[in-house]
Formats: sequence, C-alpha cells, structure tokens
Amino acid sequence: MSDYNFAYLDEQTKRMIRRAILKGIAIPGYQVPFASREMPMPYGWGTGGVQVSAACLTPDDSFKVIDQGADDTTNAVSIRKFFEHTAGVATTEHTVDATVIQTRHRIPEEPLTEDQILVYQVPIPEPLRFLEPRETETRKMHALEEYGLMHVKLYEDIARHGNIATAYAYPVKVEDRYVMDPSPIPKFDNPKLEMAAIQLFGAGREQRIYAIPPYTKVVSLDFEDHPFDPSKADHPCDLCGAEHTYLDEVIIDDEGGRMFVCSDTDYCSKRQADGHRGRLSPIEEAAE
Amino acid sequence: MNAPVTPLLSVHDVAKYYGGRIGCTDVSFDLYPGEVMGIVGESGSGKSTLLNCLAGHLTPDQGEVLFDTRDDGLRDTLTMSEPERRMLSRTDWAFVHQHARDGLRMSVSAGGNVGERLMAVGARRYDDIRAKAIDWLDRVEISEDRVDDRPSAFSGGMQQRLQIARNLVTGPRLVFMDEPTGGLDVSVQARLLDLLRGLVREMGLSAIIVTHDLAVVRLLADRLMVMKSGRVVEAGLTDQVLDDPQHAYTQLLVSSVLQV
Repeated sequence: MSDYNFAYLDEQTKRMIRRAILKGIAIPGYQVPFASREMPMPYGWGTGGVQVSAACLTPDDSFKVIDQGADDTTNAVSIRKFFEHTAGVATTEHTVDATVIQTRHRIPEEPLTEDQILVYQVPIPEPLRFLEPRETETRKMHALEEYGLMHVKLYEDIARHGNIATAYAYPVKVEDRYVMDPSPIPKFDNPKLEMAAIQLFGAGREQRIYAIPPYTKVVSLDFEDHPFDPSKADHPCDLCGAEHTYLDEVIIDDEGGRMFVCSDTDYCSKRQADGHRGRLSPIEEAAE
Repeated sequence: MNAPVTPLLSVHDVAKYYGGRIGCTDVSFDLYPGEVMGIVGESGSGKSTLLNCLAGHLTPDQGEVLFDTRDDGLRDTLTMSEPERRMLSRTDWAFVHQHARDGLRMSVSAGGNVGERLMAVGARRYDDIRAKAIDWLDRVEISEDRVDDRPSAFSGGMQQRLQIARNLVTGPRLVFMDEPTGGLDVSVQARLLDLLRGLVREMGLSAIIVTHDLAVVRLLADRLMVMKSGRVVEAGLTDQVLDDPQHAYTQLLVSSVLQV
C-alpha cells in the first residue's frame, strides 16, 4: 500500500464520478458531463476509464485490464500496475475471476455475468462529432432525437465502398432512444453489448461518462437493404482453432506468411489449456 | 383576395430590434399557397433579418408568424416547441442560403447531401434514397455520374443547384430563399432562375425570395415588398410596383437598374 488515498482519487472526486455514473445508468446511452481530473498519464491512455474504475473499485475487487484484447500490452500493464500500487486490489488476467474489467477496444469473448462491471476507455464519446462539429448542435440533436445524420455517414460508406465500411466504433441506438458511440470496439463485438454486466464508458479528455445497464436493448444502426453485419476474418484461430472469436492478423515473415490469432489472449490460452489446437500450434510430443 | 383560402403563412406586425437599432419593424403580410413573394431593398434594409425571423433562425421581439400546418391548421411558429419547429424546417420548409457552402455539407457526397433530409424523416432503404437523390440531381441538371462527388468538386452554380435539390427533396410547401443568385455570373444566374421558375410552377411551391436583384423578382415573384430602413415602404403585384413605382425609394431603385 502507499500514501495515496485508496484508488488514487480523493473521496469527493469519486463521489462526484459515482453520481455521474448513476445518472448515466438511469439514462442509458446519455452522455453525462463530469469534472474529469488530471490523471498521472496522458490523455488517450485511458484517463476516463481509469477515473471510472477508481470510482467503482472496492478493496475486495479483482481487477483486470484489457488493451486490444490482450493483458500484456503497455496500456494494460501500466494501468494494472497503477491500481496495484494505489489501491492494492488483487489483479487477474482471467476474465471469469475479475469483478471490474477495464477495457480498450474489445469486449471479452467469455460472456460476462451480473457480478461484473466492464469499464470502457473512450476517446471521442460523441458519435455525431465528425458530421456535426458544433457541440451545441449535437446536444440539441440528441435531445430532440434527430439522428438522420448518423445514417448519412452510413450512406456515404455504401456510396463509396459498396457496403457499410465502418468496422469499429459502429454507432448503436440504446433502448430506442440515444444514439451512442460504443468506443472503438470492432463491430464484431456490437451484438455483445446486450449483456448481463454493467457497462460504463469514461471519456477523460471530453469529460463525459455514459452507461449501458444490464440487459439493455442495443441496436446497431443500418439500412433495410444493407443490414448490420458483425463481420470477422474468415479463418479459425491458428493457436486454439476457435472459429467464433475476433481475430488479429499477424504478419510472420516477408513472403506473405500470416497467422490469425484470437485477439482475446486470456480466452485463447484458456482454450489451449483445455486441449484445443490450431494450424500453427507447436507440435507436441506423443504421450508416453 | 376575398376568396376564403387560408393563407399558408400569415405574418402580423413582426419586429426585430438589435439593441436600440431597428432590424425590421411593422411587417405584416399574408402568403397564399402557390404564391411567390419577393422582398427587395438595399443592403441593411432589414430584408435578411425579416427572412431569418420568418424561418425561425432569429426570434422576433414582437409579432406573430402563423403557418398553416398539415395537422393543426394555422399555428404560431414562434410559440411552437422547438422540436415541432425543427420538424417543420426539415419537412414543410426549405431554406436556400446565399452561399451554397452554408447550406451544404461539404464533406458529404452530393447524393448524401440530397438524401439527408430523407433520412432525417425516417427513410431507411438505401436504394430508395439513392434513386431519389439521382432523380433530384437530374431535375436540377446535375448528371448522374456526379452523385458520389463531393460538393467541393462542383462549380458555384452546381453547388447552388445541389443546395436547391437538397432542400426540395422532401416536397416542402414553403421555400425561403436568401439571395439565391448572389455571387453567380449572369449566364449561370439565368439558368438557375429558369430552373427555379420551372420547379416553383411544377411543384406549386410558395416561396419568399429576398434579393436586391430586380430581374430575379421580375421573373419569379408574383408579389413584391420593398423595404427600406427596416420598414416596408411599398407592396403590391410585381409588375405594378416595378412599372409604376409610387414611393420615392422604389422609384430610385427601379431607375438604378442599368438598361443595357
């Protein structure tokens, strides 16, 4: 333990963030402004997610951090260490053992339960931002449910690429009311947004918190003749053989060689431990 | 005007002040369905202020602006709730800006620009939206193969025509135009006016056109209001006002036009 207050932030700040979280849960998909604090890490490294996590953590929690599906990349390691140091909470790499999971760019493959909280790091919370730069105007559009513009973006995709080319941060409508940016998760993960766990979204630089309560209706926007398609690479995982997971493509030589592996490292290693094998799994010695 | 027709737009005693200065004051008129009203005057005469008050962009300090809504008949657009007013402005109303850039989304393709209003009122079939966009581009003489180009790749005249297509696609009943031909060269102006005249007659549109160009009102407008220093100084049938101006300022205005 250290000289920091539990989980770095002072109690008044955590209280303020909790109020924003409660409001967010009460109005699914609505972006609640909050007084984001300066955190000891740069914007873009998950300052919003860290503040939400800090407000949620209790000493009994078990904390997991995901960065692009992996537990061992820079962002994940540094945030995990941050809370080990400032909160002294237990940390884990196993999705099933975690009570609070902070994530960037992925939802775990393992279905989450009612006992878990999933915290997203959000760079730009406003789904309409690149179409309408004025914040005053986008707030009004949310308030009056004027979401035609969101479809203009999808129209442009089809006109230019023949299909809806938006592959991540795919806009969703929450509980038939607010259009929401699900943070830059791949659209493959969009169907999983309807889940048992509480989902909290924190944007530090933009000072917004929003939430999806458990079992909330989340619909990905689309056209009737170009329906939403949660696409993925058309391969099985080369390490665990899974055909239903989101895959990363890894270039392995300069002769066009490549492999596809689960982006969720915890899920992949768990499957391998269960005896699943893929195309490039190391050859095992025959049992004696 | 003694026929028992409800006016489409009925304006009573509208005034807008900028602090102690008059933007426009004492403006009252009725606009009937299918009628085109021109507002002329020199710059600073309050004609744009008036147009913005009527279109809901500015809130007048007094007066009422009654619009004949489809559902409830005449309603004051100033006391309407904002969602209702915004709904009107993307269905029954259209606003053509002087600068096409103000009225277009420059980073969205021509098709997307025309389709935006359709999607805003709930169109969700891509093929229908696109077919309608292409149909409208054709009606404003923009060829089909430009549908995926951005407006920034268009000439000024084309941008203005695109803006008109984008506004008319939902079949509005009332069009506000603020100097629609300003900034275009004369031959392009002539084509645009020709096009506008065709569309207005064909769709039975009502329109309020603000301009300082008398040729525009001569060609398009049935009736004319002449404004000076925020007040309407003369009003009447277009030909009557232009051929037999009564007010000293109107006489000056008419005589200022160069006869080539």
